[in-house]
This record gives sequence, C-alpha cells and structure tokens, in this order.
Amino acid sequence: MDKFTVVEGVAAPMPLINIDTDMIIPKQFLKTIKRSGLGKNLFDEMRFNEDGTEIPSFILNKEAYRSSKIIVAGDNFGCGSSREHAPWALLDFGIKVVISSSFADIFYNNCFKNGILPVVVSPEERDALMGDAEKGSNARISVDLEAQEIIRPDGTTVSFEIDDFKKHCLLHGLDDIALSLEKEKSISDFEKKNKSQKPWV
Amino acid sequence: MVSPKTLYDKIWNEHLISDESGTSLIYIDRHLVHEVTSPQAFEGLKLSGRKVRCPDKTVAVPDHNIPTTGDRSKGIENIESKIQVDALRDNANYFGITYYDVDDIRQGIVHIIGPEQGWTLPGMTVVCGDSHTATHGAFGSLAHGIGTSEVEHVLATQTLIQKKSKNMKVNVTGSLGEGVTAKDVTLSVIGKTGTAGGTGHVIEYAGSVIEGLSMEGRMTVCNMAIEGGARAGLIAPDHKTFEYVRGRAMSPKNSQWEKALTYWKTLYSDPGAHFDQILNLDGSEIAPVVTWGTSPEDVLPIDGKVPDPKEFEGGKIEAVKRSLEYMGLNPGQRLEDINIDTVFIGSCTNGRIEDLREVAKVMKGRKVKDGIRAMIVPGSGLVKVQAEEEGIAEQLKQAGFEWRFAGCSMCLAMNPDQLAPGERCAATSNRNFEGRQGRGGRTHLMSPAMAAAAAVTGRLSDVRNL
Ligand code: SF4
Repeated sequence: MDKFTVVEGVAAPMPLINIDTDMIIPKQFLKTIKRSGLGKNLFDEMRFNEDGTEIPSFILNKEAYRSSKIIVAGDNFGCGSSREHAPWALLDFGIKVVISSSFADIFYNNCFKNGILPVVVSPEERDALMGDAEKGSNARISVDLEAQEIIRPDGTTVSFEIDDFKKHCLLHGLDDIALSLEKEKSISDFEKKNKSQKPWV
Repeated sequence: MVSPKTLYDKIWNEHLISDESGTSLIYIDRHLVHEVTSPQAFEGLKLSGRKVRCPDKTVAVPDHNIPTTGDRSKGIENIESKIQVDALRDNANYFGITYYDVDDIRQGIVHIIGPEQGWTLPGMTVVCGDSHTATHGAFGSLAHGIGTSEVEHVLATQTLIQKKSKNMKVNVTGSLGEGVTAKDVTLSVIGKTGTAGGTGHVIEYAGSVIEGLSMEGRMTVCNMAIEGGARAGLIAPDHKTFEYVRGRAMSPKNSQWEKALTYWKTLYSDPGAHFDQILNLDGSEIAPVVTWGTSPEDVLPIDGKVPDPKEFEGGKIEAVKRSLEYMGLNPGQRLEDINIDTVFIGSCTNGRIEDLREVAKVMKGRKVKDGIRAMIVPGSGLVKVQAEEEGIAEQLKQAGFEWRFAGCSMCLAMNPDQLAPGERCAATSNRNFEGRQGRGGRTHLMSPAMAAAAAVTGRLSDVRNL
C-alpha cells in the first residue's frame, strides 16, 4: 500500500446524501477477480448513458473535475453493500480523499485498507468545503494527514479527528496482516484456552 | 460487584485477544465466504505465501452469481461469473475449506446456509465479506460484514482489528397486529432511525414482539440492521434459539451440547446494563409497510401516500426529488394505486421456509394476476426441497409463480435475473437502491405476505384487505 502524506488538488462536489456503494460501483463490475481496472466504471450509471457515452452533467465528466483526487460528499457516504470494489474503483480513478459529515461503517474501514483517507467534518464545515469545491479549477484544497488539517483555497484550515492507529498505518503504508501476525503468541494462547473452554467452536 | 454488561459487551470481551490504544484484536469463530468478495483475498494470501489459519472454521459457497434456472450441473454460461465461481471452488480446494458446490443440496445464500448447517451458534463471532452478515445475530452471535482486505486478514489470522461499537437497544413491545410480520418490524425501525441512525452502534433487538418471533423472523429483523447503518444487530438466545440449533450438522453433540447450553444461557444483557441509545416501538402501531423511494428508510404504511419532497429537510429534499423521479412516482399518489410488473420472493431477508409458507397462505385459492412476472427463489437447496415436500412448491407453481433454484438472484441481479429499465417490482429483499435489481429497475420492499398480495392484485396492496 502507498504511504499517504499530503493530497492537494481540485475537489469534486457531490452533495447528494446516502451515496451508496451500488452507485459507486454497480454490481455488474463485481465479477472481476482482480483489484485493479475498476476506475473506468466508477459511478457508472450516473456517469455514462446506456450506450457508453458520457452524461455531461455528471460532476466527474466536467472539465474541471476530470482528474479530481478529492470528493466532498453529502451525509452517509458509502452506505449499502460491503464491496471493497467501491474504494478500489475510487482509487483506480485517482480519488485519494473523501470528505463528508458521515460515512457508512464498512466503507470507512475499507478506505484505510486501500490508502484512501475518509475525512469526517461537521455538517457546517462540509457545506463550506462543498462551496469551495463548487468553484472548480481555481479552488484547490489540500489535505494533510500528519497535521490532520484541510487547507481551504482561502488559506483557512479545518482540522479533523482520526484514530491514531489508522493514521499510523496510512502514513506508513502498513499491512494489517503483518501487524496482527506479530501477535501470534497471543492468538495461539487464545485458541488453546478456547479449545478447553468452548470445544464446540 | 462487576458492572452490568450488555450482550454485545459480553461477546466482545469473550473474544478479545489484545486491546491497545483503542484498537482491539478480536478472535473470529466463523468465517463465511462467497465468490464475489473473496478472489482478491485468496490471491493476496497466495502472493504472500500465507495459509488459511483455520480452514475448519471457514465455509465457502457460491450464491451471488449463479443462475437459478436450467440445468446447473452444466456450468455457468456467463464467462465472468463462471470464472468467479470456479475461482472459489479452486481456492476452497487449495486451502482445504468446506465448500458447497452449485449442485450440492446444501448450497444456498451464505446467510441462510450458515444457520441451516449449524455453523452459526450463539455467542460466536461470525464474519463474511457481505454486509448482511448481521442476519446471524438472530442467534445471539456478533456477526457483521467485512471488506475483502478484512476477509484476507481473517483467513490469514482468524482475527480482526476492530474498534468497539456503542450499544443501542431497539425495544419492540406489545404485540403485532394481523398481517404484520418481522419484515414490517425491521423496515419500520429503519423508517424511524434512518439509514445512518445506527452508525457506530451494535443494535440489540428486544421486547415482547422480538421474543414472540420465530428464528426465521428474528433473522429477517437482524438481516436489515445494516440498512439502519448499524455494525451488527443481535437478539439474546432463548429456548427457540437452542431448539433451532439442536441437531444441526455442525452444532455440538452430547456432552459438548450440555456444556455449550450452559454457556449460551449466560448470553443476555444484564439488568441495568448501559445502552448509549434506546428506541422504543409499540408493536401494535406497526402496520404492513412498503418502501416508496430508493433508500430503505423511505418506508410508509401501505395505506399511505407518496410524500412530497417539501415535507423533508436538508439534503433529503434533493434525495427525495431524485428518488421520486427515478421511481416514476408523484407526491400525493396513493401507494395502493401503484401498479407493479414483477414480484420477487427470496433473498437472505425472506428466502426461508417460513417466508414461503407465508406466501402460500396468502395465495391459497388465489392466482398471480395475468401479465405479472412472479418468481420464487428459495434461499437454499434444503429450503427448496422442504417446500416441495410440503406441497408449497406445487401450489405456488399452480398459482402462477416461477419456481427457481437457490441463490441471491434478483436481490442484486448479478445473475440473469434482472429488472428492465422502468420495470416495477414488489420485492422481499433488502435494498431498493437505484439500479440494485437491474439498471433503471424500480424496487418496492415489503414482506412476503405483502408481495403475495401484490402478485394477486397487480398493484401494491394491503394483505389485510385481500
Ligand atoms: S440475497 Fe441479496 S443481500 Fe443477501 S447475500 Fe445475496 S445479494 Fe446479499
């Protein structure tokens, strides 16, 4: 996993609430056995007509936002299915940060496993950032994980909270599995105890 | 004195391996695997030279992609689906995991076969790369969906890195009126809390209505906990739970059964245990409900009317406008005047034997209205056979339903069972998102009894007035 430091660029505004993972990556693209290549189908049904042509009004089809690395989204982003294809598709498209006032649980966790930073801000801060994002190519936003800060186009900052462990893993691009396997002794001890106390498990 | 604990606290503590700076490592007792969210996880294991730590605690079954018609032993026509299902079989063989193949009678939707085979037991931690894993919480187990990276993590370590959730209690008191089912209860709860109301929480469902439900009904309730945003939903096990798990293929036998039972009887929330949020609902006020929009929180009693976006606040106004346009509905329209094209009965929410019996009861002496496409997709091969033995299958076929093989089918339409653009469906599944049942398809969620009523009249209908 790539290390996450600072991401800077134009942010795409997606004010719709409850953007679910079916919208982010519709199920017909879940038949892959690979992680890569999903970016071209990100937001497929919102982004493309049935004949494959672009829907011009969709935000990521607009010139200013075609290479956005940041999305500012309405409440409860990523609800619905647990598909990790959603963060894979976002990442493959180039999105590294999603800012919203709330996220669905599983999606939130899945982001960290893939080097995407989901940032939770207050509804007022989200609205302000949404306003920035709507200004298009002149309004660049910078997200600094180390400092836990979003720097707005006017230079003011919005700070955000993040779990220390998740921050650490993201900053260093760490693999969870290797970290957990360092606890091998505790895991085996647990299993031994379980075997005698709950042999049916 | 030890402080009183919730059921969730108890299961959590029993599975805690280590707890550092707010991040905990918990042990996973059961891992259910299906074809869509696992190939990348198995690939990751192979690439790093890792093994599955506990193949005996892991079970794999194909369900999302598989066709529900034709001769399934001949294989899957769709190449991509075939590759995914083949990959699951190969990975299960390679890593030594129990696998129920498409032609095995035990095959079915992963959340139906877990309990059916006794993989799911009270007090366990159960995970699956699928958000409706909450279903298994009906047994008093802590069960939730995980992403593919976490699937790989569990395969390799049999543990999961977690942060403890908050406790929420949903109390459904009193009793349910005639024609009101577990599905109406769970949809009504989401209607109250919204799709984000349970975020960060594990919900314990309690109260006389919940206690009165069968295990099937409890599974329906817990299944949709995720639709309320909760990490998991659970119900304290009781004599019904124990009777359900007794004698299942994987459940404990003889002296182990006694030992297990003693432990299971300690699984309840202590009096005075702290809940961060409590929602009280009077069961007698719950009506048969349907969804009108594209979010499971868009729920109304069947005698209601399509709402006006103006009745909402904030971001929901735009969302409602968008969903009414998508659904082809107008504010003020009576829900009972909405005509449907299709009826889908099945899914991990309502694909169990009790659900099919419910449909059969409503259909007694009645027929599917001419021109309506109506299909029944049993949740597992065993449910299918049982319904055939009980005569339900024959009755429903006579009434005009298509009788399919087990799988997820039109719940998410990854196989050929899909809605066409604009096609309107009365569905017993759990999600009415845009495009969920096929691009442009319009989904109304409801109970099996209500879906049967819609099949008879060709429109959304109150089963009580049939
Ligand atoms: S039936 Fe539907 S909700 Fe259940 S596991 Fe299958 S696709 Fe998911």
